[in-house]
Amino acid sequence: MNLKKQFVEGLLTQNPVLVQVLGMCSTMAITTSFFNGLGMGVAVLIILTLSNVIISLIRKIVPDKIRIAMFIVVIAGFVTMVDLLIKAFVPALSESLGVFIPLIVVNCIILGRAESFSYKNGVAASFFDGIFQGIGYTLVLLAMCIIREFLGAGTFGGGLLGPLNAAGSPAGIQILPEQFAIKVLTLPVGGFLVLGCLIAAMQWALSRPKKNKEESN
Amino acid sequence: MDQIYQLLAITLGAILANNFIFSQFLGICPFLGVSKKVDTAVGMGVAVTFVMGLASAITWLVNLLLVELGLEYMQTVAFILVIASLVQFIEMFLQKSMPSLYTALGVYLPLITTNCAVLGVALLNIQNKYNFISSVVYGITGGLGFLLAIVLFASIRERLVFAEYPKSFDGFPIALITAGLMALAFMGFSGLKIW
Repeated sequence: MNLKKQFVEGLLTQNPVLVQVLGMCSTMAITTSFFNGLGMGVAVLIILTLSNVIISLIRKIVPDKIRIAMFIVVIAGFVTMVDLLIKAFVPALSESLGVFIPLIVVNCIILGRAESFSYKNGVAASFFDGIFQGIGYTLVLLAMCIIREFLGAGTFGGGLLGPLNAAGSPAGIQILPEQFAIKVLTLPVGGFLVLGCLIAAMQWALSRPKKNKEESN
Repeated sequence: MDQIYQLLAITLGAILANNFIFSQFLGICPFLGVSKKVDTAVGMGVAVTFVMGLASAITWLVNLLLVELGLEYMQTVAFILVIASLVQFIEMFLQKSMPSLYTALGVYLPLITTNCAVLGVALLNIQNKYNFISSVVYGITGGLGFLLAIVLFASIRERLVFAEYPKSFDGFPIALITAGLMALAFMGFSGLKIW
């Protein structure tokens, strides 16, 4: 088990969203305010860690042929628990994420990690894999939220900080005057464009060290 | 008449104004993954439409049962199991009775289980309190919207080979930017409110 390697992989070199390109739907759909991004990220982190642990525990007794069905049942069970907990304790989050909380079941990150990591590795390694991949996912969500919120509405921390808006939820701290904001970034279009640019930036960053090595050789 | 108007509104909404891909972000993974060639995109789109229609019908009935038993909180688990087994059954059925269609759809069939548009449409049907007919219509037209989006996208992607863009945008980023511009175009439909 190599914690440091797993940490770097989860956050950077094997980042679930930016490098493996998994779980795109939720990444683009819910990153309109900081609060949504944080809530979704933490929910996925918890579900991913728990399902990784359970799947790595049962990996020896599950027949190969029905493993996908087993994974889905385990994941769906945890998603239901988290869904009910969010509904009970953070109803505002449940309202703004809507159908995307139950849809964590089909978030390819969780199924992907089950298939490619926890089905083949021990419990402890799977546990940390879940945590680091979850953090990697959360960080991307937060980056998306901050960019889209700042450029699209000129605010920071929507849903958590700032004065209350008409709907009764915090609207975020106004940094840029609203008339300079690019409204379109808060719409679905913005999700595609911002994520496209982030992945491009990641590809650029990952390809750089290689070039340096080639040059020094 | 009201029913017909409602169905027309659902149809227009699902295909254009509230397209599953461009405005609801459901089914992005297959949309990006299986859109490199137009003919495979058509296959995927047709398969998804078929499964979405069937899944809407069956999950609506399953939900009746769940409500009857007071087990609404098991919705997610029940729906995903229904969808997974439905896809498995369709696969076996096609393999036996329509081998030509089966080979055409091939790898895309099992992939549909994890397509969030399918589970999404099942959950949205319940959330929007649609009746049986509306649910099925919403499922099928949502699938047609997906088909339209993925075919258009695939034909643009085929032409991207001739486009010049920065090297770091190679692969997914440029596809996402393209999809973003298409979403911008589809936004034009959002004013479409006839009824």
